[in-house]
Amino acid sequence: MSHAFLTATASELGRRIAARELTAVEVAQAFLDQIERTNADVNSFLHVDTEGALAQAAAIDARLDAGEELGPLAGVPVAVKDLFCQEGVPTTASSKILQGWRPPYSSTIVQRMLDAGLVLLGKTNLDEFAMGSSTETSAFGPTHNPWDLDRIPGGSGGGSAAALAAFQAPLSIGTDTGGSIRQPASVTGTVGVKPTYGSASRYGVIAMASSLDQPGPCARTVLDAALLHEVMCGHDPLDSTSIDAPVPPVVEAARSGDIRGMRIGVVTELGGEGYEPGVVARFTEALDLLRQAGAEIVEVSCPNFTYALGAYYLIMPSEVSSNLARYDAMRYGMRTGDDGAHGTEEVMAITREEGFGDEVKRRIILGTYALSSGYYDAYYGSAQKVRTLIIRDFEAAFEQVDVLVSPSTPFTAFDIGEKLSDPLAMYKSDLCTIPTNMAGNTAGSFPCGLSPDDGLPVGVQVMAPPLADDRVYRVGAALERLYAERDGGVLTDQLVESWVPVDVAEAIGFDEWDLL
Amino acid sequence: MNDLMDYDDVMAAYDPVLGMEVHVELNTASKMFCGCDNASGGAPNTTTCPVCLGLPGSLPVVNGKAVESAIRIGLALNCEVATWCRFARKNYFYPDMTKNFQTSQYDEPICFDGHLDLEVDGRTYRIEIERVHMEEDAGKLTHAGATGRIHGAEYSLVDYNRAGTPLMEIVTKPIRGLGEHAPAVGRAYMAHLRELMRALGVSDARMEAGNLRCDANVSLMPKGDDELGTRTETKNVNSLRSVEGALRFEIQRQGAILAAGGRVHQETRHWHEEGWTSPGRSKEQAEDYRYFPEPDLVPVAPSREWVEELRATLPEPPAARRARLQDAWGFTDLEMRDVLGNEGSLDLIDATVAAGATAASARKWWLGELARRANEAGVDLAEVGVTPAEVAAVQALVDAGTVNDKLARQVFDGVIAGEGSPDAVVAARGLAVVSDDGALGAAVDAAIAANPDVAQKIRDGKVQAAGALIGQVMKEMRGKADAARVREILLEKLT
Amino acid sequence: MALSTAEVARLAELARIALTPEDLERLAPQLDVILEAVASVSEVAGADVPPTSHALALTNVFRPDAVRPSLGVEDALASAPAVEDERFRVPRILGEEQ
Repeated sequence: MSHAFLTATASELGRRIAARELTAVEVAQAFLDQIERTNADVNSFLHVDTEGALAQAAAIDARLDAGEELGPLAGVPVAVKDLFCQEGVPTTASSKILQGWRPPYSSTIVQRMLDAGLVLLGKTNLDEFAMGSSTETSAFGPTHNPWDLDRIPGGSGGGSAAALAAFQAPLSIGTDTGGSIRQPASVTGTVGVKPTYGSASRYGVIAMASSLDQPGPCARTVLDAALLHEVMCGHDPLDSTSIDAPVPPVVEAARSGDIRGMRIGVVTELGGEGYEPGVVARFTEALDLLRQAGAEIVEVSCPNFTYALGAYYLIMPSEVSSNLARYDAMRYGMRTGDDGAHGTEEVMAITREEGFGDEVKRRIILGTYALSSGYYDAYYGSAQKVRTLIIRDFEAAFEQVDVLVSPSTPFTAFDIGEKLSDPLAMYKSDLCTIPTNMAGNTAGSFPCGLSPDDGLPVGVQVMAPPLADDRVYRVGAALERLYAERDGGVLTDQLVESWVPVDVAEAIGFDEWDLL
Repeated sequence: MNDLMDYDDVMAAYDPVLGMEVHVELNTASKMFCGCDNASGGAPNTTTCPVCLGLPGSLPVVNGKAVESAIRIGLALNCEVATWCRFARKNYFYPDMTKNFQTSQYDEPICFDGHLDLEVDGRTYRIEIERVHMEEDAGKLTHAGATGRIHGAEYSLVDYNRAGTPLMEIVTKPIRGLGEHAPAVGRAYMAHLRELMRALGVSDARMEAGNLRCDANVSLMPKGDDELGTRTETKNVNSLRSVEGALRFEIQRQGAILAAGGRVHQETRHWHEEGWTSPGRSKEQAEDYRYFPEPDLVPVAPSREWVEELRATLPEPPAARRARLQDAWGFTDLEMRDVLGNEGSLDLIDATVAAGATAASARKWWLGELARRANEAGVDLAEVGVTPAEVAAVQALVDAGTVNDKLARQVFDGVIAGEGSPDAVVAARGLAVVSDDGALGAAVDAAIAANPDVAQKIRDGKVQAAGALIGQVMKEMRGKADAARVREILLEKLT
Repeated sequence: MALSTAEVARLAELARIALTPEDLERLAPQLDVILEAVASVSEVAGADVPPTSHALALTNVFRPDAVRPSLGVEDALASAPAVEDERFRVPRILGEEQ
């Protein structure tokens, strides 16, 4: 048995598979076993594609055995947020309304990962249609945070983040509309990056808010995230909003981590009241480390960020109300009430009542209101103007500094159930991450230790201008190295004992796999 | 149930105001936002994909050729072309819309502020064009149940082949000052658009196939007033005749309501081919479409260079074209007036000449035999069921002596009945004239033997008596003989 | 109150969601709170600020007019709740012809 693969980095697994020291099949099997052992506790996977994953792995082994040269992640397993269509594999968006649907096509990113030789383990849990910050709005039960199973793993991509923290996969992918990659990364002690809007194709990704959604990589290390970023990103003619430009040198930046002379701006507005003291303490400590590593830290004001959350909760629901109109019981998915007595209009309304959860309904109704005649200018129109102001704030800030930083989220993982009936409290999870979605630039969340308040992970957010994704990775890599020098590893190393059975770890010499 | 006022009485008291909304289905190879085949008539749901089925995750990408067509249509209608415009989502639930929103344009149409001049009965009318915008068509519903109509149906079936077909909407500003000619001008406007779309090559523009669809708005304004009355919008107007008929009917119906002191309801009405309209949804409970800019598509910003390039591809203006064709065809003014008086025949003759026929023969068929058939069937000439290429092929058969004019009419019967190309009809029906001199000679001999008196007259020099014998032979050959050749053989034998 | 229960009911109808009375009682006050919290947005930007619908300034993204393979009728209908004669079968339509 080779369960030490579980704690290895994706880059190391890829290297060893390419060197034929390991087979893709044995690596895939190890993670499938780990999922089977742990998923009842974590509920990170909604569907495990055992057969498909092993077949993909076997095909990679055959190609490598035949001497083919494949990419650095060939044979490495990845977990897929259940918002990405994968041909023939159940895709639900964590909603009852899509239960049982098997798409007849694959998203561009799923196809790119298959083409790069990655092995797709299965589909991970999320908030219903990615609407939430805790994975609690999933129709298939909440995901639990591997740091503390009574806590939320963040959301919407809580399944993808928890899968990394529980060593169920070395890599996963997510989507980020208001923070759905970065906030889960923050509260699980993992790495998550939202690329520049238009870098990663949205084709085949179930839409929440089209002008904000952006797929991105999740991993336990910065280099792993960068390697996956390179596979995911690039121009796609099937997505009209896809940028036809080369992917920035993210892998190079992740390997370098050199931030000497870099100007880093701390956003005044993303701090203060409402931010947990433990989060502020760890964030301040991260700034000290960056300064010691040769960066210049300055404070920058982005006054309109204050209005970002409000504008977001008008624009996002508006797009949601339109994007989710297609779930109407006519062509696919759930249909209820079709008993001969009800007409089409009623069957649509009954199905949508039963098929959608509360948060989805709230957002659809809010969006319907914001777009409705007589209110458009006051709500949707005004919010789009605030969007312009946020973009201007970023532009002004990036004239002074190379990157901006803030805590990734104001608080650490909260208790499951704590904020579910208080939507506004829940929405504040995304206070720091939303401005980047509104402006379309790039940002990532990187671990910066455990909060002294509750011993739970804290994340630092690094924001960069559009198409300067490499700067995000450069700062992330610097932080990772600084913490490794101080603590002897990455944050999730502290979870190995809880999640990788000791007997297995000892049997295969877990130490030599540590910190590869 | 509809009281109508005498047309002349309406005209004495009111001025009609028209507004025409025309949808044009483009004949692009692929659909508006996806690569599915745009050809109509395939088996149900065969030309669909994740995009036009609105599957979760799918995204639209604009067909560049459709944008090009939209700009060319706009330029041909003397419109301004937007320097920057966006698509918008029109949100409403209906089972023929796969996404429950139509991707369309709202307050930023690609073309706007145009005009065209129409000549009707010697008078010129200027029609102001408000906008030309791009959108997509919906799927096709079939209603199952006794009536086949939506009311009373037990359930419906949907075919999404048409979903995503590129659609251009051309909207006029209110057209005033038409007086009694309003219905004729409405009809002429549609005829002009049809001619224009075909000349541009952007649409097949067949009204009966739904390529060109008209929503006819009309209202009445008391004479001397300057305030527009309440309008109705009549849909399902699928031929030039219907356009004229629907406008006339609505004018008479509204006139009766107003004259009785009533109020016209702003509503959508449906045209019935039997010659009347019935009410549809009342616009007073108008849907709230919640338009907003389509986030999945980026703005369209045609460069002025591109617009000028497209302007250079426009077909010549109709008046110049008419003069050129008359000259090329050698038609007299009288002949040309006949052509112009027959809607669509100019294009048909032009296309027939292009397919190889002489102008005179093309005119003869279209204005004679085929015009008669169109008239009998109550359809427009272009929809008579014969293409210009087929007319040219029939004429070629006549020129080659394979058929005579009488047989040619039977060939048209076959083509219209769907029996195939003219050549195929000739073969299948055995219509070719007998050109075998042996067989003709035998028939001539038989006719001479049966009519010795007539034969003698011819021998005596009364050549005009030959007609009787030729008729005998033609009858014997069941018309499948070339009468000129029969005459030659007959005279050879008797003189 | 920015958003009344009656208003929420009307919006739910427009959005084709058959909200139960209990749903309405629960959701309406929540929506009201959210709307109040975000309403300040309407006062932030002046008339001189242009709205942004697309974060990145791309224009003229077109596809060549080329036919690509369709799904095929089997795949197109595979997930349909009801099918008849190779078409999607839907309950009777009470509204008007569009």
